[in-house]
Amino acid sequence: MVRAWHAFRYWLTVYGRTWRGTIVISVANPMLFLLGIGVGLGHLVEHGHSATLGGVSYIAFFAPGLLAASAMQTGYIEGGGRVATAAGWVGAYRTAVTTPLEPGEIMAGHLLFVAFRVLSSSAVFVAVMAVFGVAAGWWVLAALPAALLTGLAFAAPAAAWAVGLRSVAKTQIVYRFVLMPMYMFSGTFFALGQLPRGVRLVASALPLSQGVALCRSLSLGTASASGVAERAGYLLAFVVVGIAVARVTYRRRLHG
Amino acid sequence: MPAFRAVDGIDFEFGRGEVFGFLGPNGAGKSSTMRMLGATSPVSSGTLRVLGMDPALQGPEIRARIGVVPQDDCLDRELTVRENIFVYGRYFGLAKNVIRDRLGGLLAFAQLEEKADAQVETLSGGMRRRLTIARSLINEPEILLLDEPTTGLDPQARHVLWDRLYRLKRDGVTLIITTHYMDEAEQLCDRLAVMDAGKIVAEGSPRDLIESHVTREVLELRFAADVHAEVAERLRAAELGRRIELLPDRVVVYADDGEAALGAVHEMAFAPITALVRRATLEDVFLKLTGRSLVD
Repeated sequence: MVRAWHAFRYWLTVYGRTWRGTIVISVANPMLFLLGIGVGLGHLVEHGHSATLGGVSYIAFFAPGLLAASAMQTGYIEGGGRVATAAGWVGAYRTAVTTPLEPGEIMAGHLLFVAFRVLSSSAVFVAVMAVFGVAAGWWVLAALPAALLTGLAFAAPAAAWAVGLRSVAKTQIVYRFVLMPMYMFSGTFFALGQLPRGVRLVASALPLSQGVALCRSLSLGTASASGVAERAGYLLAFVVVGIAVARVTYRRRLHG
Repeated sequence: MPAFRAVDGIDFEFGRGEVFGFLGPNGAGKSSTMRMLGATSPVSSGTLRVLGMDPALQGPEIRARIGVVPQDDCLDRELTVRENIFVYGRYFGLAKNVIRDRLGGLLAFAQLEEKADAQVETLSGGMRRRLTIARSLINEPEILLLDEPTTGLDPQARHVLWDRLYRLKRDGVTLIITTHYMDEAEQLCDRLAVMDAGKIVAEGSPRDLIESHVTREVLELRFAADVHAEVAERLRAAELGRRIELLPDRVVVYADDGEAALGAVHEMAFAPITALVRRATLEDVFLKLTGRSLVD
C-alpha cells in the first residue's frame, strides 16, 4: 500500500501544475448554479410550495443536492476520462507500470487522488453554504463524507470501465446520455415525492438520488441513523464492486 | 478462436554487462518479448527468469532493479525535465535527497543540464529520448530495456544516443535493445537474436551471423526495365556466386569475390544501370533467413 501512496503523490504533483484549470468545473460552476438557481429560481418556487420541500427555503433544499451532484461530476470526470487518458498509449499509467507499482496499486493511488479531489472541492462548496447561511449548524460537516462517498460511487465503477477503453470520447458520450439525465432526475432540483409513483421508484434507485438524499438529510439535520446507514450502504456497494472489478480490468489492460 | 501469439517458443540468455539485441521487422514480437522481460506482461508458458527471479511472482522486485525506455517516450508534458525525473524516482520509493543527489549526474549524462527547468513540450525528439533514458536510470538499474531507442530520430540525434548507450555499457549496465535498424544492431550489440513472426530464427554476434549465413561480399545489380526475374534466372543457371536473391528492384548476388562476380556478369553481356559491390550486412542475413527485407 506504500506504493499506492507513491501513485497518489504523483497525481498530486501533476495537480499542483494544473489545478487552476479544474477550478471552473469543480468549484465555480456549482457556485453559479447555487446563486442562479438557489437564489434566483428559489424566489419563484417558494411562494406557497415550501411544504413539498420539508418547510425549508429552496436554497437550503437545493444546496446539499447540488453538493452531491457536483461530487458525482468530479468523481466521474476524474475516474472516467482521466483514467482512460492515463491508460492510453502515452498516458501516465504507461510510465507507472515500468516501476515497482502493481496495477492494483496504480488504481488505488489514482482513486485516492480522486477522493482528494472530491473532498477538497466539496469542502469549498460546504464553506460557501455556510457563508450563505444555508447549513443547519455543524451537521453540514457530516455531509462532506457523504459527498465523498457519492463521488467515489461513480469514480470506482467509471475507472473500472474506462481503464479498458481505447477512446476517451466514449466517456464523454456516457457523461451526456447517462450522467446528465441522472443529474436532472435525482432530486437535486426538486423533491422526488412530486414525481408519479412509477417514475419515483426508478428515480430513487439511482445512486445519485441516494447521494442527494444522504447529503440533504445531513445538511438539514433531519437524518436518522437507519436512513444514513441504508443510503451509505447503497453507495458503498457501488464503491466496493467498482474497486473489485477495477482490480481485474486494471491488470488486464496494464499487464496484458 | 485461438489467442494471437506474438511470441512463440523463443529461447535466449544474456549475461551481465552485455548488449543484447532483438533484430526484426515491426510485428516480429520484439516489443512483446520486452514487456515480458520487463515483468509487465505474463508469460503464458515456458520459463523466464530475470535477475534470477520469476516475473510472475516477483514483478515489483524485478522492476525495482531494471530500467525501461518505452518506444513512445511517455513523458509528462505538464512537467519540467527535472520534475519528470523526480516523480519517476518517487515511484521507486527513493527519498527526495537521494533523487536530488542523482539528478545532477543524470541531467549531465543526458546533456540536458541547460534544459533542467524547461517544459518537456519544448524539447526536440532526441532530447526527449535522452530524458526518457535518464529517467529510467534513476533507480541505478542493472539491466536497461530499450524498445526501438532511435526510431524516429534524425541521424545526428541517433549518433548522440549511441554514444550515451556505449557509456552505459562501459559502466557495466546490461542493455537489451530491440531494433529494426541493422546498422544499429551491428554498431551496438555484442549478441543478437534475429526475430521473425514471433520466433528467433538465428542468434549470435553480428560478425558470426554474417559469416555463418552469408558470403563476405555482395553484388547488387539494378536494371532499367523489369528484367530482374529473367536475369536472376540466367545467373542462377550460370551458377554465379553462392546464391542469387531476387528483389522487386534489384538482383543480389552473394559471392566471396564481388568484383569477380561482376566481371562474370559483364561477360554474360548484361548491362546493369548500377552495379555495387559491398560487404555483407545483417540485412542480408535477415533476407536469407526469412526471404524478406527488414524495412518494408
